[in-house]
Amino acid sequence: MVFSCGNMREKTYNEGAMLYQKHCENCHMADGTGLEALYPPLAGADMLESVGIGAACIIKNGLQGKILVNGVEFETGMAPITGLSSVEITNILNYIHNAWGNERDYIQLNEVEATLKACEKTNLGK
Amino acid sequence: MKYVVLVSLLALVCTSCVQENENASGLPVMGVKLPIEKEVNGKTVIDSLEHTIPPFSFVDQDSTIITEKTVEGKVYLADFFFTSCFTICPKVKKNMKKAYTAFKDRPDFAILSHSIDTRHDTVGRLAWYANKFDISADTWHLLTGDKDVIYKIAYDYYVTALEAPDAPGGFDHSGAVVLVDKKRRIRGMYDGTDPERMEQLVEDIQLLLDKE
Repeated sequence: MVFSCGNMREKTYNEGAMLYQKHCENCHMADGTGLEALYPPLAGADMLESVGIGAACIIKNGLQGKILVNGVEFETGMAPITGLSSVEITNILNYIHNAWGNERDYIQLNEVEATLKACEKTNLGK
Repeated sequence: MKYVVLVSLLALVCTSCVQENENASGLPVMGVKLPIEKEVNGKTVIDSLEHTIPPFSFVDQDSTIITEKTVEGKVYLADFFFTSCFTICPKVKKNMKKAYTAFKDRPDFAILSHSIDTRHDTVGRLAWYANKFDISADTWHLLTGDKDVIYKIAYDYYVTALEAPDAPGGFDHSGAVVLVDKKRRIRGMYDGTDPERMEQLVEDIQLLLDKE
Protein backbone atom coordinates (compact mmCIF):
# COMPACT_ATOMS: atom_id res chain seq x y z
CA MET A 1 0.00 0.00 0.00
CA VAL A 2 1.26 3.42 -0.82
CA PHE A 3 0.51 6.15 1.68
CA SER A 4 0.63 9.70 0.51
CA CYS A 5 3.01 11.22 3.01
CA GLY A 6 1.88 14.72 2.16
CA ASN A 7 -1.75 14.01 3.02
CA MET A 8 -0.91 12.47 6.38
CA ARG A 9 1.28 15.42 7.25
CA GLU A 10 -1.50 17.78 6.28
CA LYS A 11 -3.98 15.89 8.40
CA THR A 12 -1.90 15.80 11.56
CA TYR A 13 -0.93 19.45 11.09
CA ASN A 14 -4.52 20.58 10.63
CA GLU A 15 -5.81 18.50 13.52
CA GLY A 16 -2.98 19.93 15.60
CA ALA A 17 -3.92 23.47 14.58
CA MET A 18 -7.47 22.98 15.85
CA LEU A 19 -6.27 21.48 19.11
CA TYR A 20 -3.76 24.29 19.50
CA GLN A 21 -6.49 26.87 19.13
CA LYS A 22 -8.54 25.14 21.79
CA HIS A 23 -5.86 24.29 24.37
CA CYS A 24 -2.76 26.37 23.76
CA GLU A 25 -3.55 29.58 21.95
CA ASN A 26 -4.85 31.50 24.96
CA CYS A 27 -1.37 31.73 26.45
CA HIS A 28 1.01 31.01 23.60
CA MET A 29 -1.10 33.11 21.20
CA ALA A 30 -2.32 32.36 17.69
CA ASP A 31 0.99 33.45 16.17
CA GLY A 32 3.05 31.47 18.69
CA THR A 33 4.73 34.58 20.12
CA GLY A 34 3.60 34.12 23.72
CA LEU A 35 3.32 37.11 26.06
CA GLU A 36 6.42 39.05 27.14
CA ALA A 37 8.20 37.20 29.95
CA LEU A 38 4.96 35.61 31.15
CA TYR A 39 4.28 32.96 28.51
CA PRO A 40 7.11 31.78 26.26
CA PRO A 41 6.96 31.86 22.48
CA LEU A 42 6.82 28.66 20.48
CA ALA A 43 7.62 30.28 17.14
CA GLY A 44 11.38 30.14 16.66
CA ALA A 45 11.83 29.00 20.25
CA ASP A 46 15.21 27.47 20.95
CA MET A 47 13.83 25.41 23.83
CA LEU A 48 11.16 23.86 21.64
CA GLU A 49 13.82 22.86 19.16
CA SER A 50 15.97 21.26 21.84
CA VAL A 51 13.19 19.37 23.70
CA GLY A 52 11.73 18.11 20.45
CA ILE A 53 9.39 15.22 21.15
CA GLY A 54 9.93 15.80 24.88
CA ALA A 55 7.36 18.57 24.57
CA ALA A 56 4.81 15.75 24.86
CA CYS A 57 5.70 15.47 28.56
CA ILE A 58 5.19 19.20 29.04
CA ILE A 59 1.76 19.07 27.45
CA LYS A 60 0.76 16.04 29.51
CA ASN A 61 2.29 16.90 32.90
CA GLY A 62 2.75 20.64 32.80
CA LEU A 63 5.99 22.41 33.66
CA GLN A 64 7.17 24.13 36.83
CA GLY A 65 10.35 25.99 37.63
CA LYS A 66 12.50 28.40 35.65
CA ILE A 67 13.18 27.90 31.97
CA LEU A 68 15.19 29.86 29.43
CA VAL A 69 13.69 30.48 26.00
CA ASN A 70 15.57 32.61 23.49
CA GLY A 71 17.53 34.20 26.31
CA VAL A 72 14.46 35.18 28.36
CA GLU A 73 13.73 33.57 31.73
CA PHE A 74 10.21 32.28 32.37
CA GLU A 75 8.91 31.07 35.70
CA THR A 76 5.13 31.35 35.36
CA GLY A 77 4.73 27.59 35.07
CA MET A 78 2.28 25.62 32.97
CA ALA A 79 -0.59 23.47 34.20
CA PRO A 80 -1.01 20.02 32.64
CA ILE A 81 -3.34 20.01 29.66
CA THR A 82 -5.70 17.28 30.81
CA GLY A 83 -7.91 15.02 28.78
CA LEU A 84 -5.72 14.81 25.68
CA SER A 85 -5.12 11.46 24.04
CA SER A 86 -1.71 10.45 22.72
CA VAL A 87 -3.02 10.99 19.20
CA GLU A 88 -4.07 14.53 20.07
CA ILE A 89 -0.70 15.25 21.69
CA THR A 90 1.02 13.92 18.56
CA ASN A 91 -1.06 16.23 16.40
CA ILE A 92 -0.33 19.26 18.57
CA LEU A 93 3.40 18.50 18.44
CA ASN A 94 3.35 18.20 14.67
CA TYR A 95 1.57 21.52 14.48
CA ILE A 96 3.79 23.52 16.81
CA HIS A 97 6.94 22.01 15.34
CA ASN A 98 5.95 23.05 11.82
CA ALA A 99 3.95 26.26 12.19
CA TRP A 100 5.16 29.87 12.10
CA GLY A 101 8.31 29.02 10.21
CA ASN A 102 9.28 26.21 12.57
CA GLU A 103 10.40 23.06 10.78
CA ARG A 104 10.87 19.54 12.00
CA ASP A 105 10.36 15.98 10.87
CA TYR A 106 6.87 14.75 11.56
CA ILE A 107 6.48 12.68 14.70
CA GLN A 108 4.68 9.34 14.82
CA LEU A 109 2.21 8.19 17.45
CA ASN A 110 4.38 5.32 18.69
CA GLU A 111 7.25 7.74 19.33
CA VAL A 112 4.97 9.96 21.42
CA GLU A 113 3.61 6.98 23.34
CA ALA A 114 7.12 5.82 24.16
CA THR A 115 8.09 9.34 25.24
CA LEU A 116 5.04 9.72 27.48
CA LYS A 117 5.86 6.42 29.20
CA ALA A 118 9.34 7.68 30.01
CA CYS A 119 8.25 11.16 31.20
CA GLU A 120 8.84 10.53 34.89
CA LYS A 121 12.46 9.64 34.22
CA THR A 122 13.25 12.97 32.58
CA ASN A 123 13.48 16.42 34.12
CA LEU A 124 10.66 17.64 32.00
CA GLY A 125 7.00 17.51 32.70
CA LYS A 126 6.88 17.90 36.46
CA MET B 1 -33.10 96.93 23.96
CA LYS B 2 -31.39 95.76 20.79
CA TYR B 3 -28.16 95.19 22.74
CA VAL B 4 -30.00 93.08 25.32
CA VAL B 5 -31.46 90.93 22.57
CA LEU B 6 -28.08 90.65 20.87
CA VAL B 7 -26.27 89.68 24.07
CA SER B 8 -28.99 87.17 24.97
CA LEU B 9 -28.77 85.62 21.52
CA LEU B 10 -24.99 85.44 21.78
CA ALA B 11 -25.25 83.85 25.21
CA LEU B 12 -27.71 81.29 23.89
CA VAL B 13 -25.52 80.45 20.92
CA CYS B 14 -22.46 80.21 23.16
CA THR B 15 -24.04 77.85 25.67
CA SER B 16 -25.18 75.53 22.91
CA CYS B 17 -21.65 75.64 21.50
CA VAL B 18 -20.30 74.58 24.89
CA GLN B 19 -22.72 71.67 25.05
CA GLU B 20 -21.66 70.48 21.62
CA ASN B 21 -17.97 70.73 22.52
CA GLU B 22 -18.56 68.48 25.52
CA ASN B 23 -18.88 65.55 23.14
CA ALA B 24 -16.57 66.97 20.48
CA SER B 25 -14.95 63.60 19.93
CA GLY B 26 -18.20 62.20 18.64
CA LEU B 27 -18.01 59.29 21.04
CA PRO B 28 -21.27 58.57 22.86
CA VAL B 29 -21.58 58.98 26.60
CA MET B 30 -22.60 55.52 27.71
CA GLY B 31 -24.68 54.48 30.62
CA VAL B 32 -28.04 54.94 32.19
CA LYS B 33 -28.79 58.53 33.08
CA LEU B 34 -30.26 59.05 36.50
CA PRO B 35 -33.17 61.45 36.74
CA ILE B 36 -32.65 64.09 39.41
CA GLU B 37 -34.68 67.03 40.59
CA LYS B 38 -33.12 70.45 40.33
CA GLU B 39 -34.18 73.92 41.31
CA VAL B 40 -33.96 76.24 38.32
CA ASN B 41 -35.22 79.79 38.73
CA GLY B 42 -37.38 78.77 41.65
CA LYS B 43 -38.99 75.90 39.76
CA THR B 44 -38.37 72.19 40.30
CA VAL B 45 -37.07 70.67 37.09
CA ILE B 46 -36.23 67.08 36.19
CA ASP B 47 -32.70 66.85 34.88
CA SER B 48 -30.45 63.87 34.34
CA LEU B 49 -27.12 62.87 35.79
CA GLU B 50 -24.80 61.16 33.39
CA HIS B 51 -23.42 57.83 34.55
CA THR B 52 -19.99 58.34 36.09
CA ILE B 53 -17.59 56.04 37.90
CA PRO B 54 -17.89 56.70 41.65
CA PRO B 55 -14.90 57.55 43.86
CA PHE B 56 -12.70 54.53 44.63
CA SER B 57 -9.60 53.48 46.53
CA PHE B 58 -7.39 50.52 45.63
CA VAL B 59 -3.69 49.69 45.88
CA ASP B 60 -1.40 49.04 42.91
CA GLN B 61 1.69 46.93 42.23
CA ASP B 62 3.95 49.61 43.72
CA SER B 63 1.89 49.73 46.92
CA THR B 64 0.58 53.14 45.85
CA ILE B 65 -2.98 53.98 46.85
CA ILE B 66 -4.89 54.65 43.63
CA THR B 67 -8.08 56.68 43.80
CA GLU B 68 -10.27 58.70 41.49
CA LYS B 69 -7.77 61.54 42.08
CA THR B 70 -5.08 59.47 40.35
CA VAL B 71 -7.07 59.59 37.11
CA GLU B 72 -8.25 63.17 37.46
CA GLY B 73 -7.80 64.95 34.14
CA LYS B 74 -6.90 61.67 32.45
CA VAL B 75 -8.43 59.49 29.80
CA TYR B 76 -8.14 55.97 31.14
CA LEU B 77 -8.90 52.33 30.41
CA ALA B 78 -10.44 49.97 32.94
CA ASP B 79 -10.62 46.20 32.87
CA PHE B 80 -10.94 43.24 35.20
CA PHE B 81 -8.58 40.29 35.25
CA PHE B 82 -6.52 38.03 37.50
CA THR B 83 -2.88 37.02 37.15
CA SER B 84 -3.41 33.25 37.03
CA CYS B 85 -6.09 33.51 34.37
CA PHE B 86 -5.36 31.21 31.46
CA THR B 87 -8.45 31.82 29.38
CA ILE B 88 -9.03 35.28 27.89
CA CYS B 89 -6.78 37.46 30.05
CA PRO B 90 -3.45 36.90 28.25
CA LYS B 91 -4.99 37.86 24.90
CA VAL B 92 -6.75 40.87 26.36
CA LYS B 93 -3.55 42.01 28.05
CA LYS B 94 -1.56 41.55 24.87
CA ASN B 95 -4.04 43.66 22.94
CA MET B 96 -4.17 46.30 25.67
CA LYS B 97 -0.41 46.63 25.54
CA LYS B 98 -0.75 48.23 22.11
CA ALA B 99 -2.74 51.09 23.64
CA TYR B 100 -0.28 51.26 26.52
CA THR B 101 2.70 51.52 24.16
CA ALA B 102 0.98 54.20 22.09
CA PHE B 103 0.10 56.51 24.97
CA LYS B 104 2.32 55.62 27.93
CA ASP B 105 4.44 58.75 27.68
CA ARG B 106 1.45 61.03 28.07
CA PRO B 107 0.68 62.30 31.56
CA ASP B 108 -3.06 62.37 30.76
CA PHE B 109 -3.44 58.67 30.08
CA ALA B 110 -3.71 55.74 32.48
CA ILE B 111 -4.81 52.12 32.67
CA LEU B 112 -6.53 50.56 35.69
CA SER B 113 -6.58 46.76 35.64
CA HIS B 114 -8.56 45.47 38.62
CA SER B 115 -7.85 42.01 39.98
CA ILE B 116 -10.91 39.94 40.77
CA ASP B 117 -8.79 37.33 42.58
CA THR B 118 -7.77 39.54 45.48
CA ARG B 119 -6.83 36.53 47.58
CA HIS B 120 -3.95 35.45 45.32
CA ASP B 121 -3.24 38.74 43.61
CA THR B 122 -1.39 40.48 46.40
CA VAL B 123 0.70 43.59 45.80
CA GLY B 124 3.75 41.32 45.57
CA ARG B 125 2.15 39.07 43.00
CA LEU B 126 1.02 42.08 40.95
CA ALA B 127 4.55 43.51 41.12
CA TRP B 128 5.93 40.21 39.81
CA TYR B 129 3.35 40.17 36.99
CA ALA B 130 4.01 43.80 36.05
CA ASN B 131 7.72 43.12 35.91
CA LYS B 132 7.30 40.06 33.69
CA PHE B 133 4.78 41.86 31.53
CA ASP B 134 7.16 44.84 31.21
CA ILE B 135 4.81 47.68 32.15
CA SER B 136 5.37 50.77 34.28
CA ALA B 137 3.20 51.76 37.21
CA ASP B 138 3.54 55.35 36.01
CA THR B 139 0.78 54.54 33.55
CA TRP B 140 -0.54 51.00 34.04
CA HIS B 141 -1.84 50.25 37.52
CA LEU B 142 -2.61 46.65 38.46
CA LEU B 143 -5.04 46.97 41.34
CA THR B 144 -6.00 44.84 44.29
CA GLY B 145 -8.01 45.63 47.41
CA ASP B 146 -11.27 44.67 49.05
CA LYS B 147 -12.83 41.95 46.90
CA ASP B 148 -16.41 43.11 47.42
CA VAL B 149 -15.49 46.71 46.59
CA ILE B 150 -13.82 45.62 43.36
CA TYR B 151 -16.82 43.48 42.38
CA LYS B 152 -19.07 46.42 43.15
CA ILE B 153 -17.16 48.85 40.94
CA ALA B 154 -17.17 46.29 38.11
CA TYR B 155 -20.90 46.86 38.19
CA ASP B 156 -20.35 50.60 37.66
CA TYR B 157 -18.11 49.85 34.70
CA TYR B 158 -20.82 47.55 33.28
CA VAL B 159 -18.35 44.67 33.27
CA THR B 160 -19.17 41.16 34.45
CA ALA B 161 -16.88 39.84 37.15
CA LEU B 162 -17.79 37.21 39.72
CA GLU B 163 -16.50 34.17 41.52
CA ALA B 164 -17.70 31.00 39.86
CA PRO B 165 -16.30 27.69 41.11
CA ASP B 166 -17.40 25.97 37.88
CA ALA B 167 -15.69 28.42 35.57
CA PRO B 168 -12.11 27.81 34.35
CA GLY B 169 -9.78 29.48 36.84
CA GLY B 170 -12.66 29.94 39.27
CA PHE B 171 -13.87 33.29 37.99
CA ASP B 172 -16.39 34.29 35.39
CA HIS B 173 -15.52 37.56 33.81
CA SER B 174 -15.76 39.51 30.62
CA GLY B 175 -12.80 40.62 28.53
CA ALA B 176 -14.28 44.06 28.08
CA VAL B 177 -11.96 47.06 28.11
CA VAL B 178 -13.75 50.26 29.15
CA LEU B 179 -12.76 53.69 27.82
CA VAL B 180 -13.32 56.42 30.43
CA ASP B 181 -13.04 60.17 29.83
CA LYS B 182 -11.73 62.97 32.03
CA LYS B 183 -15.11 63.31 33.72
CA ARG B 184 -15.14 59.58 34.56
CA ARG B 185 -17.90 58.92 32.02
CA ILE B 186 -17.84 55.72 29.98
CA ARG B 187 -17.30 56.53 26.31
CA GLY B 188 -16.84 53.05 24.86
CA MET B 189 -16.56 49.35 25.60
CA TYR B 190 -14.26 47.12 23.59
CA ASP B 191 -13.90 43.35 23.43
CA GLY B 192 -10.29 42.86 24.49
CA THR B 193 -9.99 39.65 22.48
CA ASP B 194 -10.97 41.36 19.22
CA PRO B 195 -7.91 42.91 17.53
CA GLU B 196 -10.07 45.14 15.30
CA ARG B 197 -12.00 46.57 18.23
CA MET B 198 -8.76 47.14 20.11
CA GLU B 199 -7.36 49.02 17.11
CA GLN B 200 -10.51 51.14 17.19
CA LEU B 201 -9.85 51.73 20.88
CA VAL B 202 -6.45 53.26 20.12
CA GLU B 203 -8.13 55.60 17.62
CA ASP B 204 -10.85 56.53 20.10
CA ILE B 205 -8.33 57.25 22.85
CA GLN B 206 -6.56 59.62 20.47
CA LEU B 207 -9.88 61.29 19.65
CA LEU B 208 -10.71 61.87 23.29
CA LEU B 209 -7.23 63.18 24.05
CA ASP B 210 -7.30 65.52 21.06
CA LYS B 211 -10.81 66.85 21.28
CA GLU B 212 -11.96 66.80 24.89
